Amino acid sequence: MTMAPERIDVRVELLIDQRWFAVCDLSDLIPGRGVAALLPDGTQVAVFLDRTGQAYAIDNRDPFTGAYVLSRGLLGSLGERPFVASPLLKQRFDLETGRCLDDEGVAVQAYAARTNDGVSAQVA
Amino acid sequence: MSAPNSAPTATAPTIVLVGHGMVGQRFLEGLVERGVTERARVVVLCEEPRPAYDRVQLTSYFSGRTAEDLSLVEDGFMARHGIELHLGDPAEHIDRAARTVTARSGLTVAYDSLVLATGSYPFVPPVPGKDSRGCFVYRTIEDLLEIEEYAKNCSSGTVVGGGLLGLEAAGALKGLGLTTHIVEFNPRLMAIQVDEGGGAALRRTVEDMGLVVHTGVGGKEITANADGAVSAMALSDGSSIDTDLVIFSAGVRPRDQLARDCGLTVGERGGIAVDERCRTSDPAVFAIGECALAADGRVYGLVAPGYEMAVVAADEIAEASRESGFTGADTSTKLKLLGVDVASFGDAHGTAEGCLDVVYADSRAGVYKKLVIGADGALLGGVLVGDAESYGMLRPLTGSVPPVAPEQLVLPAGLGAPAAIGPSALPDEAVICNCHNVTKGSIRSAVTDHQCATVPEVKKCTKAGTGCGSCLKALTTLVNDELEASGVSVDKGLCGCFSYTRAELYEIVRTLRITSYAALLDSHGRDEARSGNGCEVCKPTVASIIASLAPTVGASGYVLDGEQAALQDTNDHFLANLQRNGSYSIVPRIPGGEITPEKLIVIGEVARDFGLYTKITGGQRIDLFGARVDQLPPIWARLVAAGFESGHAYGKALRTVKSCVGQTWCRYGVQDSVRMAIDLELRYRGLRSPHKLKSAVSGCARECAEARGKDFGVIATSNGWNLYVGGNGGADPRHADLLAQDLDDEQLIRLIDRFLMFYIRTADRLERTSAWLERIEGGLDHVRDVVVDDSLGLCAELEALMADHVAGYRDEWAETLEDPERLRRFVSFVNAPGAPDPTVKFVPERDQVKPDLTILSGPSIPVRTLEGTASR
Ligand code: SRM
Ligand SMILES: Cc1cc2nc3c(=O)[nH]c(=O)nc-3n(C[C@H](O)[C@H](O)[C@H](O)COP(=O)(O)OP(=O)(O)OC[C@H]3O[C@@H](n4cnc5c(N)ncnc54)[C@H](O)[C@@H]3O)c2cc1C
Ligand code: SF4
Ligand code: FES
Repeated sequence: MTMAPERIDVRVELLIDQRWFAVCDLSDLIPGRGVAALLPDGTQVAVFLDRTGQAYAIDNRDPFTGAYVLSRGLLGSLGERPFVASPLLKQRFDLETGRCLDDEGVAVQAYAARTNDGVSAQVA
Repeated sequence: MSAPNSAPTATAPTIVLVGHGMVGQRFLEGLVERGVTERARVVVLCEEPRPAYDRVQLTSYFSGRTAEDLSLVEDGFMARHGIELHLGDPAEHIDRAARTVTARSGLTVAYDSLVLATGSYPFVPPVPGKDSRGCFVYRTIEDLLEIEEYAKNCSSGTVVGGGLLGLEAAGALKGLGLTTHIVEFNPRLMAIQVDEGGGAALRRTVEDMGLVVHTGVGGKEITANADGAVSAMALSDGSSIDTDLVIFSAGVRPRDQLARDCGLTVGERGGIAVDERCRTSDPAVFAIGECALAADGRVYGLVAPGYEMAVVAADEIAEASRESGFTGADTSTKLKLLGVDVASFGDAHGTAEGCLDVVYADSRAGVYKKLVIGADGALLGGVLVGDAESYGMLRPLTGSVPPVAPEQLVLPAGLGAPAAIGPSALPDEAVICNCHNVTKGSIRSAVTDHQCATVPEVKKCTKAGTGCGSCLKALTTLVNDELEASGVSVDKGLCGCFSYTRAELYEIVRTLRITSYAALLDSHGRDEARSGNGCEVCKPTVASIIASLAPTVGASGYVLDGEQAALQDTNDHFLANLQRNGSYSIVPRIPGGEITPEKLIVIGEVARDFGLYTKITGGQRIDLFGARVDQLPPIWARLVAAGFESGHAYGKALRTVKSCVGQTWCRYGVQDSVRMAIDLELRYRGLRSPHKLKSAVSGCARECAEARGKDFGVIATSNGWNLYVGGNGGADPRHADLLAQDLDDEQLIRLIDRFLMFYIRTADRLERTSAWLERIEGGLDHVRDVVVDDSLGLCAELEALMADHVAGYRDEWAETLEDPERLRRFVSFVNAPGAPDPTVKFVPERDQVKPDLTILSGPSIPVRTLEGTASR
């Protein structure tokens, strides 16, 4: 796969309090997997990249066990919708909405995410 | 809700149910099914503070099921059907002349039909001291909550009564960490269900679990300390037990007081007398379940007969015609008591005239099986202890002459018994689900006439399998057979992404030399899954197939290379086992369990320096727990430098080859088992497979390494080695079967090579060798044909595949440490690589540490602000 260190600063950004906040470089992500990142207030988010290069972010905390591990789950798709399966007890969470696909009553926060090449970075 | 003293009107008759237990709820469902709730007012008086729950599964509360999980009432059921449920408000008085019931709150309801489903109460023998603090019964969720709370300050407990419920209660006490005694008046445990032989097998197994059994004695007196709390129990034989807690489980008595008070006929020994239609001596009043004395003169203490009565009563009230009333029921039971399977069915004690027993007993294994055969050869009943696998098949056969000789029905698999007779051999009238009285015919028609296409649909449609669950295996087989027979192809695909089985995918990857998951998904996935992200089931499966075949198909053997990294479960991705608080454990390989003092010291130093919890595993090696993801590389750097390598405790791969000390030291040893274990472990290390692989080598027939509990086990003989395959510990243990005898070293290794590669090629995902051996057509004989006699001409290829694996092996951790790109993944946070995860914290426990779980319980935790760390 092309994981060559291109290093043309493509950032992965999350919308936090109406501002885009850069959490990592695109090259930090492997398609189909996630990483954990910290927000300025200490919140842990799980950031993912799917096969098409689209980034997603949800809370890192697995609500079923309380452990901060969702970033370490495997990505999948159900129809068109991408999900991550918790590495602990395997419940699946929709990456766009944060809703748990295996238990209607449960959801985690989802964040708007985008990849940004840094040139047009002036989005307030 | 309802106005007191409301009178029944001509248009809407009122049905009052007293008691909302298991049978009461089944009765309500019966009314709904018959449309009665649409035309009648239904009022339920319920003594307990919660709606009906699954009392049969009560004990599972202690294994983590919540009170909500146990509920039998679907969300919104009462509201949807307009049923008025009054929780915590028991009926106290019945006025039969006025046809009213009055509850404790003062609520009075007039009825047209009254149904009593008040169940039983636990009988407490009149032992002096029985009311001391710390004495309990075992019937309701509230009882369990109290026991759980009280037991926190206890170290020992005693259960009075060694019947079915007593053993369950004892199991619960044991699970709460108490030293547990069982006191049983009869000479054996479970006297009602099992005979003497079964009781003896059961006792041995129960004692092996560390419980103390006292049979043939009664409790004489309970002594309390100065605070009035239980401290000891004196027994009738003059002995005494120190105990902090007592549970009475000495049988149940029907709750018939309400009925007695209003002059209904009750039996001499209790129970509200009813006829075949479940009507009491007053035709407007019914009694069902454990409170009823059935027309056959018996009070049934099981749920299945109660459910039958519920249906009869619902029929009567709905004025639906029903051919047969309730004339008695089968009292078969199958339970897993303290992890021991126990079943009894039909005429278990052999009371029929001229009947004969067929008995198989293996006291070493704690197995006892008895079948009662009538003079005409028909199966009348039986007792199974320790191995109740065949219960699902045997019970429906009761009453007919079995298709094979009865002795073949009790012999364990692998001892010349024919493949177990499947449900297909049963007649349509055979009852498959005892709890809901569902016949094979009804299950078949659920598929053919009601178009049910899956097991869950059939369960919903027939209710089969929704009680104790013991019929599920037979049910699944029947449903699949029926679907196949009616031309519906049963989807055996691996997951929503692939319609192929694991074995088929293996062949595709091998023959087409596919080295990429994405390529496989896009070329061979289901249409709707192509170009998607796959799923958490097929990704690791395909990763494992590619890893097993890596040298042969030309893929990288390193599981974290390129796309492979995105497919691994978290364990394989971080080359360590994920723990409940998000930390990881580390298990270095210790081949054969042999280790030098120097290496032991290194492990000790690493554990000390990183503050890791240290434990000797059941696999003859050492597990170090509690490492954060960012600590894994520095820990492994030290371990690798000291000559350790990955033990693959995280992978579906070879785990350990255990050994006994063998000929070198042991006076009985006939071969060098340690050397052989090390050779085997080094040969097969890193081999990825459908499930984990375990092995052991014993130096003589005394079998100290427990080789017969392993996927492949080797036992020394004076002429060489015996190879056993398909053994398993775990939840469903199985002894390995002998594959070949008296092999020399070279023959042994060649045979194991072939066996393992044949298994990897043909097994399903997460199918251990034991399950695989039992599933594949032809079983052990077929495997022997293929790997010993080369019936398929595959052996050379299987050996070549293994040779590739052995030659291609490299230690995953050494490789990881060499590559900075790979090491970059081992951080807690991508935007703060130096920062440790603040949620992975530990608290002290017995001079070491354990996870601090309190930190995980809140919705979010306050964490030090890391402003600025995000922009790199
Ligand atoms: C550490 C250890 C317990 C101990 O402290 O002794 C252990 C710990 C775990 N076992 Fe085990 N098993 C351990 C020996 C065993 C044994 C005994 C043996 O190997 O002789 C058995 C029964 C033998 C067998 O496997 O047939 C055993 C039967 C299981 C099973 C049931 C497998 C089955 O086929 O029924 C599981 C569940 C599974 O694999 O799906 C399991 C799963 C697990 C997991 C991986 C659960 C999980 O997914 O997190 C535990 C991981 C611990 C960790 O994070 O490090 N463990 N486990 C033992 C490690 C041995 C080693 O050195 O590698
Ligand atoms: C731990 C345990 C394990 C068991 N295991 C099995 C098993 O494996 N297999 C099996 O077949 N059976 C088993 N049983 C027995 C099974 O639970 C009973 O047969 C079944 O619950 C009987 O149902 P029921 O509705 O008649 O009585 P219950 O479920 O006891 O319900 C009666 C209800 O009526 C209420 N009530 C009583 N008087 C009044 C009143 N005056 N007004 C209002 N409400 C009242 C009670 O509070 C109770 O809630 C087990 C029982 C226990 C306790
Ligand atoms: S028995 Fe094994 S799997 Fe179960 S808790 Fe213990 S270590 Fe974990
Ligand atoms: S026999 Fe109990 S659920 Fe079927």
